Amino acid sequence: MIASPRPPNSDEAPEFIFQLFITGATPNSARAVRNCKEICEHYLAGRYVLHIVDIYQQPELVREHQILAVPMLLRMEPLPHRRIIGDLSAREKVLEALGLPLLP
Amino acid sequence: MSYSQPPAAPPLPKLPKAPTGIAGLDEITEGGLPLGRPTLLAGAAGCGKTLLGIEFLVRGVLDYHEPGVLMTFEESADELAANVASLGFDLRGLEANGQLALDHVQVDRAQLAEAGDFDLEGLFIRLGYAIDQVGAKRVVLDTLEALFGGFHNEAVLRSELQRLFRWLKDRGVTTIITAERGEGHLTRQGLEEYVSDCVIVLDNRVVDQVTTRRLRVVKYRGSTHGTNEYPYIITETGISVLPITSLQLDYPVSSEIISSGVAGLDEMFTRRGWYRGSSVLISGTAGTAKTTLAAAFALAACQRGERTLYFAFEESGPQLIRNMRSVGLDLQPVVDSGLLHIEASRPTLNGLERHLVTIHNRLAEFKPSAVVVDPISNLVSVGSLLEVRGMLTRLIDYLKVNNITALFTALVSGRLGQEMTEEGIASLADVWLTVRDLEGVGERNRGLSILKARGMAHSNQVREFLLTDDGVQLLEVVLGAGGIITGTGRQAQRLLEERQAQAHAHELARKERELTRKRLVLEASIANLRTEFESVEEELRQSNREAEAQQHARQGLASGPASLPSTQPLG
Repeated sequence: MIASPRPPNSDEAPEFIFQLFITGATPNSARAVRNCKEICEHYLAGRYVLHIVDIYQQPELVREHQILAVPMLLRMEPLPHRRIIGDLSAREKVLEALGLPLLP
Repeated sequence: MSYSQPPAAPPLPKLPKAPTGIAGLDEITEGGLPLGRPTLLAGAAGCGKTLLGIEFLVRGVLDYHEPGVLMTFEESADELAANVASLGFDLRGLEANGQLALDHVQVDRAQLAEAGDFDLEGLFIRLGYAIDQVGAKRVVLDTLEALFGGFHNEAVLRSELQRLFRWLKDRGVTTIITAERGEGHLTRQGLEEYVSDCVIVLDNRVVDQVTTRRLRVVKYRGSTHGTNEYPYIITETGISVLPITSLQLDYPVSSEIISSGVAGLDEMFTRRGWYRGSSVLISGTAGTAKTTLAAAFALAACQRGERTLYFAFEESGPQLIRNMRSVGLDLQPVVDSGLLHIEASRPTLNGLERHLVTIHNRLAEFKPSAVVVDPISNLVSVGSLLEVRGMLTRLIDYLKVNNITALFTALVSGRLGQEMTEEGIASLADVWLTVRDLEGVGERNRGLSILKARGMAHSNQVREFLLTDDGVQLLEVVLGAGGIITGTGRQAQRLLEERQAQAHAHELARKERELTRKRLVLEASIANLRTEFESVEEELRQSNREAEAQQHARQGLASGPASLPSTQPLG
């Protein structure tokens, strides 16, 4: 598990917790990681935690989280859980699924 | 230059197969599913696709020591385990032993947003993880098509499925993929395009309010297989595909002769009985003692010490025993000793296939040497003629393979003919007896004849028989002016013959007396004639003597002076 590059302030709980499930260094996975970080930084700077999980390394998590398609972004917080599959290149769809307004 | 014999062609390599352990299916597929390859199992709802898949896994674990993975996309593992527990499949127990991995994949489009390119690597990892966990050799994916409901991007899905099948092949696991039957395609999503090694279609049809499930192997690459539609049923012990039979006619035969149980009937065959393992058909109209003949056969078999199974579709066991006792066939002792088992049920109780499976199960349990099915014609009430024929073909095949002598009775409907028996199983029967009413003036008598007996000569006569207190008695043939005579005609004929014999004797005696009289008369006349003759003779002699004396005297006068002495003076 890779900790988010920029941890939130320690005195308040992060508003958004994400898990991004990827499969090693496949092109889809690499794009997903890049896109995810961009979106988080752009829209949720300082308010999120992102865990990146390589399911090749932790196959037991696949069953636990009912993962079929990868890459998959799982929003753990706030509830309810949201699942977004794909390399997250369709930014509007990602934002729509996360309930975030589209910023320029 | 030396001539060398070309090397004999090596035996053709056979496609390695994974036996399913499902009764009948391995016969049809000639050994099982293609080993290490995916098999597509397509069928409409309620066909038992999931069940077949689970049985494949469970039998694999229990019978072939091949662990398995069950990945479900529709029902949860708990639901499945509960559903199949009633069939004696303990999925949770197998899972706890590490022989089976259950994984329920939830596919829910509502929770899922698609944003960009993706693949199903998660599924692969999940499946691979489960396979590695138990060291699985067998995998069932039920029902993979549910994935189509979970993703918008069908193109990705299709290419991923193609990859999945390729991947399963590379892993070398024998896989069953179930799929819903589709319109115009074998499966709704056209999965048959991807799974090309073996395709099996299950079908659920209702004809005349009777449901029959059928299985067909559509395709089996690299192997021959049975091509027909085979009925199958879901029994208490899982799926049972029919036939459980030999597809070839290559079973061994016995030359042993066994008795029909009726002495007179045995005499009608030149070898005094029929062969062990043959199938005997007794057809006849109502009330012609078919059941009695069948019971006599069963009793005789039991008295030889052979286990016999009697399927009664018309009477209950106790009723059959009571009725047969009235004709001197006491079945109770052999039932008590366990040699005879009477299995009574109404034919309408079950569909044909279930009957056949019941019969098969009983045969497997009881291991009889002889079987009676009384009557088979009642089965028509639960299936068409064609189906009954198919069922009986399979049953007879099974019995023959196991060298079980079988006796079937069939009711034929009088004048309308014997279509049931003729088109039905007559060609399957080795021996065919008919019993019929010989209807005469104001009475009916029972007649029995042999229509055919494979492998031996037999009497061509129609023999009248009686049901007596001592069982079935065949009567001697009586020939009258118009052919064979039966019943009271027989009595009349006997009286007539007696009278004729008496008259004949009288006539003889009269003639004898007449002769004696004639002789007496003759002798009397002879005596008379003799007396007459004697008197005539007497007379003639008398006159002869007189004539002689006169002659003498005359001769004496003529020569007197010369001859007579001179001293004799003349008178």
